[in-house]
Amino acid sequence: MKKLSVKTIVAIGIGAALFFVLGRFVAIPSPVPNTNITTQYGLLAFIAAVFGPIAGVLAGLIGHFFIDFSYGWGIWWSWVIASGVFGLAMGIIARKLRISEGEFSGKDIAFFNIEQFAAHLISWVVVAPVLDILIYSEPANKVFIQGLISAISNSITTAIIGTLLCLAYAKAIPKKGSLKEED
Amino acid sequence: MTNLFNYIERPSLIHRLTGATKLVSMLLWSFAAMLTYDTRFLAFLSVAGIMLFFVGKIRVKDVSFMVGFTLAFLIINTILIYLFSPQHGTQIYGSCTYLTEWTGRYAPTAEQLFYQSNYILKYSATIPVILLFVCTTEPSEFAASLNRIGVNYRIAYSVSLALRYIPDVQQQYYEISKASQARGVEMSKKASLTKRLKAASNILIPLILSSMGRIETIANAMELRGFGKLKKRTWYMARKFRLQDYFSMLISALLLAAALCLNHLNNGRFYNPFT
Repeated sequence: MKKLSVKTIVAIGIGAALFFVLGRFVAIPSPVPNTNITTQYGLLAFIAAVFGPIAGVLAGLIGHFFIDFSYGWGIWWSWVIASGVFGLAMGIIARKLRISEGEFSGKDIAFFNIEQFAAHLISWVVVAPVLDILIYSEPANKVFIQGLISAISNSITTAIIGTLLCLAYAKAIPKKGSLKEED
Repeated sequence: MTNLFNYIERPSLIHRLTGATKLVSMLLWSFAAMLTYDTRFLAFLSVAGIMLFFVGKIRVKDVSFMVGFTLAFLIINTILIYLFSPQHGTQIYGSCTYLTEWTGRYAPTAEQLFYQSNYILKYSATIPVILLFVCTTEPSEFAASLNRIGVNYRIAYSVSLALRYIPDVQQQYYEISKASQARGVEMSKKASLTKRLKAASNILIPLILSSMGRIETIANAMELRGFGKLKKRTWYMARKFRLQDYFSMLISALLLAAALCLNHLNNGRFYNPFT
C-alpha cells in the first residue's frame, strides 16, 4: 500500500467525526413513524469524491462503527461494511471529477448522481443483505426489501446534500487559470 | 454530551484488561456467535456474557437505556422476519410441524418458532459482550489498541482524531443550527419533507465547509511536527499485556474454535432437533 498522506489521514478522522455527528444528531424525522432520514451519506460521497477511495472507505467504516458503538445496539458489521463499500465505490469512480480544482458543472453533476445511485445500490442491495444472510441467516426477501428502501432514501438525500456540498466547495476554490496578467 | 460513549469508570477485573485485549476478545466472541446457529452454544454464550457483567461491575441501571434500544430493534426485526418469511424455519430445518390445525402460509410451525428463538439467542449472545466492551473501554485507549493489534498507526491515528473532533464538530453543529433557526429555518415536523431536507443542507454546508478548513489546518500542523516520518509511534494510553490479558484472549480464541468444531459436528451451521 502506498503511504497515506497526512492530509488523507486527517480527512479520514474529520470525515468520520462529521459522519458520526450527522448520523447521530442530524436525523430528519420522516413521515413514517420511527424512521429517520439519514443525511450522512451525502457527506461521505463528498469526502470520497474530494479525498479519494481510501478516505471514503475508512471514514465510512470508522464513522458507522462509532454510531453503532455509541447507540449500544450491538455492532452491525454487515451495515458497517456496507457504509465502507459505499465510500470506496464513490471514491473510485469519482476520480474522474475535479472538484478540488474547482470544477463541478452540469455534466459533472449528472455523473456524480448516477454514480452515487449505483454506489448506493451496490452497498445496500448487494453487500448489506448478502452479509445479513451469511451472518444472521435472515430471510432473503426481508433483507432485500430493507436494503432497497435504504438505497432509495439514501440516494435521495445524497442527491440533494452531496450535490449542494460539491457545488459549494467547488465554487469556493479558484479555478485553474482564473488569474490573468494585466495588459 | 460528555458521556457520549457510555464509558463507566469502575475498579474491576475487566477494566484492568488492556483495550487491545478487550477489542480482540470482543471480536473473537462476536465471530464465534456469528458463525454458528447452534442453540446450545448460543445459550451458553448468552449466559456467560451476562455473567461477565457481574465481573465487570456493570449494573442493569447503567445499560438500561441501550438495552431498550436493542430490544426495540430486536422486536421490529422479529416481526418483520415473520411477516416476510413465515416458512423460513421450515426451509432451514427441512421438516414442517404445524402447531395448530390451521395450515396456511402464516400458520405457526415448530420450526419457525425454533428458528426465531435462535435468532433472538444470537442477539443475546453478542449484545452483552459488545455492551460490556462499550462500557469498560475508554475511547482514547481504543485507538491505541487498534495499533497494538496490527492496524497501521496512521489509520489508528485517524481513529483518535475522529474521537478528538467529535465533540468539536457537535458543538459547531449546535451553534450553526441555533443561528439558522434564529433566522427562521424550520427543522421540525411542521415543515414539509423537502423543506426540511433543504434546511438541513443549509446547516450542513457551512459546517462541512468549515471542517474542510479545519482539515487543512490540522494536516499542516501534523506535517510541521513530522507526523508519519517514522515506522512506529508510541501511545500515551498504551499498556503492557499482563497474564490476565493473555488468559482472556486464549478463552475467546477457544470459543471461536468451539464454534468452528460445532459447525463441523452439526454438518452445517444449524443444530437440528427435528430429525
